[in-house]
Amino acid sequence: MDFEPKILGLLCNWCSYTGADLAGTARMKYPPNVYTVRVMCSGRVDPGFILDAMRAGADGVLVCGCHPGDCHYVEGNYKCLRRIPLTKKLLEGFGIDPRRLRLEWVSASEGGRFKEVVTEFTEQIRALGPLKLNDWAFAEQPLEVHEAA
Amino acid sequence: MIKVTIDGRDIEVKEETTILNAARELGIKIPTLCYSEFLEPYAVCRICLCEVVRGKRSRLVTACNYPLRDASVSILTNSARVRNLRKLNLELLLAQAPAAKIVQDLAAEYGVTKTRFPIKNPDEKCILCGLCVQVCENLVGAGAIGFSSRGSKREVSTPWGVEPETCILCGACAHFCPTGHIVMTEEADERILHSELTLGPNAAISIPFRQAIPNVPRIDVEHCIHFKTGGCELCSKVCPKDCIDYQMKDEIEDIDVGAIVVATGFQDFDPTPLKQYGYGKYANVLSSIEFEQMNNAASPTGGAIVLENGEEPRSVAILHCIGSRDENNHKYCSRVCCMYALKFAHLIKEKTTAEVYQLYIDMRAFGKGYEEFYHRLLEEGVNVIRGKGAEIAPIGGKFGEEGLLVRCEDTLISKFREIPVDMVVLCTALEARDDSADLARKLNISKGADGWFIEAHPKLAPVSTTTDGVFLAGVCQGPKDIPDAVAQGTAAAGQAMKLMTVGELFLDAAYAAITDEICSGCRICNGLCPYNAISFLEDKKVSEVNAAMCKACGTCAAACPSGAITARHFTDDQIYAQIEAIFA
Repeated sequence: MDFEPKILGLLCNWCSYTGADLAGTARMKYPPNVYTVRVMCSGRVDPGFILDAMRAGADGVLVCGCHPGDCHYVEGNYKCLRRIPLTKKLLEGFGIDPRRLRLEWVSASEGGRFKEVVTEFTEQIRALGPLKLNDWAFAEQPLEVHEAA
Repeated sequence: MIKVTIDGRDIEVKEETTILNAARELGIKIPTLCYSEFLEPYAVCRICLCEVVRGKRSRLVTACNYPLRDASVSILTNSARVRNLRKLNLELLLAQAPAAKIVQDLAAEYGVTKTRFPIKNPDEKCILCGLCVQVCENLVGAGAIGFSSRGSKREVSTPWGVEPETCILCGACAHFCPTGHIVMTEEADERILHSELTLGPNAAISIPFRQAIPNVPRIDVEHCIHFKTGGCELCSKVCPKDCIDYQMKDEIEDIDVGAIVVATGFQDFDPTPLKQYGYGKYANVLSSIEFEQMNNAASPTGGAIVLENGEEPRSVAILHCIGSRDENNHKYCSRVCCMYALKFAHLIKEKTTAEVYQLYIDMRAFGKGYEEFYHRLLEEGVNVIRGKGAEIAPIGGKFGEEGLLVRCEDTLISKFREIPVDMVVLCTALEARDDSADLARKLNISKGADGWFIEAHPKLAPVSTTTDGVFLAGVCQGPKDIPDAVAQGTAAAGQAMKLMTVGELFLDAAYAAITDEICSGCRICNGLCPYNAISFLEDKKVSEVNAAMCKACGTCAAACPSGAITARHFTDDQIYAQIEAIFA
């Protein structure tokens, strides 16, 4: 069976979620691999969400926010812009390809751009293959392992 | 007040009133050449000579500067003695300035046809009245011209006969010159041309246009003499109500408001880049707004529809969808053009005998009574052609002076057509203003791909934006006609009023909250909040969120190292649960 990536999309309420909505109301066709979770701002994206999604079985995480300067909360997207590279470093440390995490700017009017971003990112994750985590990295009982050591 | 007699008529005037002003009050005409009510009388032309009779004695004085001081005088403005002397003066003036029309006319009035004195220069117009010199020196304050030489060589000139640096090209000297000796040429590009047919105001102080609100004049500071030299102030001298204030300045005021209605409208699409329509090249190709201006009763043509040469057009083509419904420009429909194009056709039919051709893609008569209007126009004999105008070509002459040829495809009969017309009106697209991006950023509202501002929801919140308290009205949100714009404007005003009348503000239930027991007082969140809603409580050593200021972005919650901040309605637990549900 072909590999169908499962991707988590964290979209900001004001730009990207509306942009995704526009792609939907405009009946644009794009891969169904992105599962979206709405947050108020890309600044709300806790790196923990990304790590948790990958633990839970996501093959990639797409974070979308307003274009720089257009943030509904003035500067939330800049905070996201700083957090994502740090998270990528963290992923590298875990042995996860940082290309599995992507930050994109999609405005409320860019339904077409949302479609392109999703299509391209899905193809990239498909090429990277399924995310396989070592058993120890995100095992259910990490505390016991720690205590035993 | 003193009582004097002028030409047998009594008048009471203030002391020190000049004879000229007293006579004018009575309606007695005394000829003048060198007099201006705005300047000190110079009394150099000697045309205003009058006879002052005191008892049995009489003397000749110049009316313009002779003040009346006692009641016992009577004045004769047109006695035989006065007339004789005026005739002599006119002969002298004719010798000095034989080409001056005003002198010739005045001389003819007094029966003087030729002069006994030698004529120096038959083309001379200057009577050396000195008005120009006085104006330049005392009114304008430039001092760029003056008298030079003496006696028979006396003349008005610039210092050393070269172009003076102090001249500001105001043209006041030419305006005051009684004989037309001083002429402003149009070579100096700094001059505003005072043409009869300009569409805008043509003086440094004017009412911008007839229906301007407020309907008061304003000064064009860039061209006003006063703002160049500090002189002139003629307008304030003639204003009976003393309304003119030169100290007024443009001011930027800060106003505290609770709601903003954005109604910035649109700008017209510039058809110049569409070379095939020859806009800007052929004089009789007009944009719709230019045609509308010409149609206005307050326009320079008085609302008459005329060609460049002033003649009435024999045929007019109206081209729809210039820049709109066009893959290369704006893909959207500008909505208003079909109906105003029909209105244009109606006006042309009403005011002229011209044939009218409408070249349309689709006739969109969408509103109440619009379809009926379209049918009425068809009955009036307007030619409608389904097909977009493809090209405008000149007929004869280098720039199509003899007419224009409209090429199009009539899609209903599947034929190419060439229609000769005199005038073409281009129905240009409505487009978002160039500066709309700046405004969107300032107000934190969104702009669509077309440039129009986006409403919060197309059906549920059609006048609101994503920013609380900012509402949209009119074409800035998307093309619409006047009834629709008024409806939306009323709705936006209502929304703004609602905020004011309630008196209390309802806040979103989504905001961040800090649990005191978990907060370590690290203060990381304090600097992150874009609204300064988080403050540090020194006594408790914890941070606190002001719920009224918080806009619920959740940036603080994402950054809190101890998880003490809950972004309500977007809590960590809720988001983790969603992730779990998706991938489990």
